[in-house]
Amino acid sequence: MIVRAADRVVVQGMTGRQGSFWTEKMLAYGTRIVAGVNPKRAGDTQCGVPVFATVRDAAQKLGGIDVSVMFIPPAAALSAAEDAVAAGVRLLVVLTEHIPAHDVMRMHALAAAAGCRIVGPNTAGLVTPGEAFVGIMPAFNPRVFRPGKIGVISRSGSLGTLICLNLVDAGYGQSAFIGIGGDPMLGTTVTDALRALEADERTAAIVLVGEIGGTMEEAAADTIAMMRKPVVSFIAGRASPPGKKMGHAGAIVMGSRGSHSSKRRALESAGVRVVDTPAAVAEALPGRGGL
Amino acid sequence: MYFEEAEAKELLRQAGIPVPPGEVCRDAEAVAAVVGRLGRCAVKAQVPAGKRGKAGGIRLVDNAEQARAAAEAILGMEIAGYRVGRVLVEQCASIAQELYAAVLTDVESRAPVVLFSTAGGMDIEEIATERPQSIVRVPADIARGVERARVRSALQAAALDEDLDAVTDVLVRLYELYARTDAELAEINPLARLHGGGLLALDCKLTLDDAALFRQTELAGRGAREKLTELERRGRELGLKYIELPGNVGVLANGAGLTMTTMDVIEHCGGAPANFLEIGGDAYTKAEGALGLVLANPRVKSVIVNFCGAFARTDVMAQGVVQAWETLKPRLPVFFSVHGTGEEEAVELIRQRLKMEPYDRMEDAVRAAVEAAK
Repeated sequence: MIVRAADRVVVQGMTGRQGSFWTEKMLAYGTRIVAGVNPKRAGDTQCGVPVFATVRDAAQKLGGIDVSVMFIPPAAALSAAEDAVAAGVRLLVVLTEHIPAHDVMRMHALAAAAGCRIVGPNTAGLVTPGEAFVGIMPAFNPRVFRPGKIGVISRSGSLGTLICLNLVDAGYGQSAFIGIGGDPMLGTTVTDALRALEADERTAAIVLVGEIGGTMEEAAADTIAMMRKPVVSFIAGRASPPGKKMGHAGAIVMGSRGSHSSKRRALESAGVRVVDTPAAVAEALPGRGGL
Repeated sequence: MYFEEAEAKELLRQAGIPVPPGEVCRDAEAVAAVVGRLGRCAVKAQVPAGKRGKAGGIRLVDNAEQARAAAEAILGMEIAGYRVGRVLVEQCASIAQELYAAVLTDVESRAPVVLFSTAGGMDIEEIATERPQSIVRVPADIARGVERARVRSALQAAALDEDLDAVTDVLVRLYELYARTDAELAEINPLARLHGGGLLALDCKLTLDDAALFRQTELAGRGAREKLTELERRGRELGLKYIELPGNVGVLANGAGLTMTTMDVIEHCGGAPANFLEIGGDAYTKAEGALGLVLANPRVKSVIVNFCGAFARTDVMAQGVVQAWETLKPRLPVFFSVHGTGEEEAVELIRQRLKMEPYDRMEDAVRAAVEAAK
């Protein structure tokens, strides 16, 4: 789930307002976008990229596709994902928020059966500074992203942006940003992202930006305890009242399940430095500014 | 979306799951008439909340006189903040055993799961603590559904004897209801085994996925509306997620993660947030209305505006804030932290039109807002 400059990328929903805006940003950054998809605009060219009716058509015409990023509304997300999986896409980045949960489960089941990794739903995307990005992150803003050695995992796009900005401010850069998404059922979990960064040669330390709800952070504790690389974490939602969905469908505390203290305890017992404010993240990293 | 018992039971009945004979009534005479016809009945308050029995919202009655008294006590009563406007009057059954049956979306396995226990009557958390060995879990496949044979064999250990096939039927039908309605949870508790054989669903909890209401239009009109404060209702009308909180520092931020973090830092600095309100996603164009909402809360003593643009453009959001501020002319201090996409334009706009200087660090802006609210 670390996107590379060589990855061949398709944008589903490229011709829409947001799709075309972000396609231009991604192309300008160096992302290798080989095709766009819109069933009604097949044969057109947009942003200098050929448009196909389906990802399958694009794959048939252009050869293997590594990554598809979906700018698709909730009701059409499942069929768009079916198309991408059938086309043999290796990595499917689902930006869409508010996809019906039953569709999300179908999406995960069919991707798993085909060996396709889903990132999201409701992710802000993936950034590899200096190489490529897919999604809706301000990769092109040099105050937010610059090449470096910190791997960042975040459920939230806006908070992930703030954390990255703070890192750059403090003299750090990022090896990769992995937006895993704010939905309750994610294709790529905290644990999956940690494993990818642990294996990534360019990553020296990891920042985990979690939030209340679910048990993903707790579930990752065992993995972290076995890792060589240091992990610093900020968990959003300490001040949020229980029983309410805090914007993200996944951000809800039920009883003690998913609470800030439960996550903090689990992560600290695995050796993670958990900090209280976003600004404290950079201060807690080892080798200040040297990464 | 939550369904009151009477609606949920109607859906069970349509799904072929046996429910007690009964009627929904809105006044004491109607209750008395039903009891006159059905005999011993339970009179049950209809509100979209659990623990009705503990709140005194469920009474057993034997005759018309008791029925009137129960109806008069329950109708108009307040349970979990809801005023009771109707009761479900149901014939009592002769219960031999209470079972638990549910189908729910299991977030960890990202798939539906069918749950069953012979320890019905308690809620599932209690069962999991006190009688965990009684819980039968059958994972289902969202694309193919649940296999009857698998459910039946999983139930073998539960000593259901002659009711084994009937319980299997209930679970399979409950799964079908869950799948058809885009449910998050379809729970029958208790599912009663009756003296003399047979099953009855005595209570039912059904919640639907709000994200699927666009394609469950018929059901969307039958569910219970979430209980909202006046400001929360206004937020919903504006298409914004606003949650009213007890503090006095108004919060306007983009994105759920950043908004929660803003609240966290407010508490970290010794303050208390007055609201959760995020204008992330496509809502980033609604900053003007959103700020109006923050200011409409009379407890608010200062406002923190915290934008970190990724997808959301901070220049567009700042434009909305400036417009609202110029229109409403509030006499409250406001503190800005603005970073990310569109930052230069946003900062310039705030400087020129509001004559204010955004803080470079979010923590400093929040601390200033907390101090100003004291």
